Amino acid sequence: MTKRVPLLCVSGLVVRYGAVTAVRGVDLAIGEGEIVSIVGPNGAGKTSLVSAVAGMVALTAGSVAFAGEPLAGIALEDVVSQGIALVPEGRHIFASLTVTENLLLGATVRGDADGVRADLDRSFDMFPILGARRRQPAGQLSGGEQQQLAIARALISRPRLLMLDEPSLGLAPAVVDRVYVLLRTVREGGVTILLIEQNAERVFGLADHVHVMSGGEFGLSGTAAEIKADRRFDAAYFGVHMHETVGDR
Amino acid sequence: MEHFVQTLVDAVSVGSLYALTALGIGLIFGVMRLINFAHGELITFAAYALLALFGLPTPVMLFGAIVVAVALALITERAAFRPLRNADPTTLLISSFAVSFFLQKLLILVVGSRLKGLDFLPTLGRQIAIMGVRLQLLQITTILVSAVLLVALTWFLRSTRLGLQMRAAAEDFRMARVLGVRANRVIAVAFALSGILAAAVSCLIVVQTGVVQPRMGLQLVVIAFVGTVIGGLGSLTGAALGGFLVGAASILLQALLPPDLRVFREAFVFVAVALILLFRPQGLIPARGLKERI
Repeated sequence: MTKRVPLLCVSGLVVRYGAVTAVRGVDLAIGEGEIVSIVGPNGAGKTSLVSAVAGMVALTAGSVAFAGEPLAGIALEDVVSQGIALVPEGRHIFASLTVTENLLLGATVRGDADGVRADLDRSFDMFPILGARRRQPAGQLSGGEQQQLAIARALISRPRLLMLDEPSLGLAPAVVDRVYVLLRTVREGGVTILLIEQNAERVFGLADHVHVMSGGEFGLSGTAAEIKADRRFDAAYFGVHMHETVGDR
Repeated sequence: MEHFVQTLVDAVSVGSLYALTALGIGLIFGVMRLINFAHGELITFAAYALLALFGLPTPVMLFGAIVVAVALALITERAAFRPLRNADPTTLLISSFAVSFFLQKLLILVVGSRLKGLDFLPTLGRQIAIMGVRLQLLQITTILVSAVLLVALTWFLRSTRLGLQMRAAAEDFRMARVLGVRANRVIAVAFALSGILAAAVSCLIVVQTGVVQPRMGLQLVVIAFVGTVIGGLGSLTGAALGGFLVGAASILLQALLPPDLRVFREAFVFVAVALILLFRPQGLIPARGLKERI
C-alpha cells in the first residue's frame, strides 16, 4: 500500500477514566484504503482508543481528525454521518428486531430510500445467511451470523472507515476465517479498515500495518510482515516498555 | 347473563384505561429507564385544560387537552429530565417525584385543591342495547378509543423509521446512537406520545367521573405503574397487558367478592401482583435485551 494523506489521524490521544489512564498519548494515522490493525492483550486500551475515535468516550487529551476535519466535540450520533462506522466488541445487535430492521438502522443517516433498498439487497448477496433469515429476530442468529449482521449493519451506512473491535471474539475458528474473508471483500470495495484484535496471528495475513498495544500505548509498529518477523513482538505484546517503528530502524 | 356481560365490559373498559396509562409510562421507561410518576400530572393538566375550555366545541376541548398534555410532557423532559439523562435510575425516579409534586402543588396554588364538577360529553353516559344487553356508551367508547390508540401506536412503532429507532433505542440506546439515531428526537417523541396517551385517558376519566381534582392523575399512575411492573418493565406489550390485568382484576373482584370483602379488593389485587412477581420477577412479558441507557 502506498502512503497517502491519512484518512484518520489520531495525535497524542489520552483517555482517562478517573484515576485510570487507558490510553497514553497514542499517535495513529490510517491512509485511505488501508487495513490497519491494533493488537494487544486484554486491558491494553484498544477498545478505549477505538471508542474515543467513535465518540463514545471523551478524549482527555490529544486530537482525532477524519478526512482532515477535527472530530472533537461531535455528538456520538453525528460520527457515523462523517463516514465512520463501528462494529463494537460484543456486536451489540438489536436482539428483538429482525435482521432487516437491524440493517435498516445501519442506514439511519442515509436519506436515499432507493439506495438503501439496493444496498439491503447487496448485503443479502454478500451475506447470504442474513438474506435467508431476514425476517427472524436477530437474537435467534448464531454468534457468527450476528457478527456478519453487525458488519453488514455498519457497511450499510456506506462508511469510508470501518472500525471493528475484536470481531473474532467468541467465534469458532472456521467462523472467524469466514469473517476475515468478508473483510478482505470489504477492503476491495474501497473501505478503509481499523481492526482491533487480541489474536495477532489472525491479522498478519490481512492488515497492511500493525500496531502492538500494551498498557495504553503502542509498543511496536510496522508492516504486518515486519511485526510478524520481529523478535520483540512478545515483549511489546506483554507490555515491556518500548516504542519503535520497525520500518524506521 | 346481562349482569355478567356488563361486568365483563366494565372490566375490559377499566382495564383499557389502565393499559393506556401503563403504556405511557412504559414508553418513557423504554427509552430513558425513567419511571415517570409525573405522567399522572399530564393526565391531571389535560383534565384542567378541558375544564378551562368548557363550553367550546368538543373537538376544540379535545385538541386543547392533547396540546396541554404534550406540551407539558415536552417541557418536563427538556427542563427536568434532559439535564439528568446520564444520571442513575434512582436519581431519575426521585426527580420524577419532584416534578410530580411540583406540578400538583402548582395546580393547587393556582386553582385550589377542591373537586370541580365537569359535565363533559354527558351523552356518553347513556345506555345502549347491544344484542339485548344494556351497556354504557362510555364503556364502549373507552374500549374503542383504547383499541384505536393501541393499533396506531403499534403501527407507528412497527412501520415508521422513527418507530424503529425508538424500538432500537429502547433495547440499546448507546448502540442506536452509534448508528446515528438522535437521542433528543427519539426521547422527545416518546414524551409527546406519552402526552397523547395521557390526554386520551384524561378525557375518558373526566367523562366517567364528572370531576377534576389535582390528585386524579397520580392515583391512576400508581396503579398503572404496578401494571407495568407485572407486565415486565421495558416491554410495551407487557405494560399494556399488565395495566389491563390490574384494571380488569379490580373491577372483577368488585363484582365477584362477597359484599363485606369488597372494601379489601385492592389488597386482593396486590396479593395477586406479589404472587406474579414471586413466580415471574421479570414480569409476564420480560423485555428482551435490555442494555445500558445512553
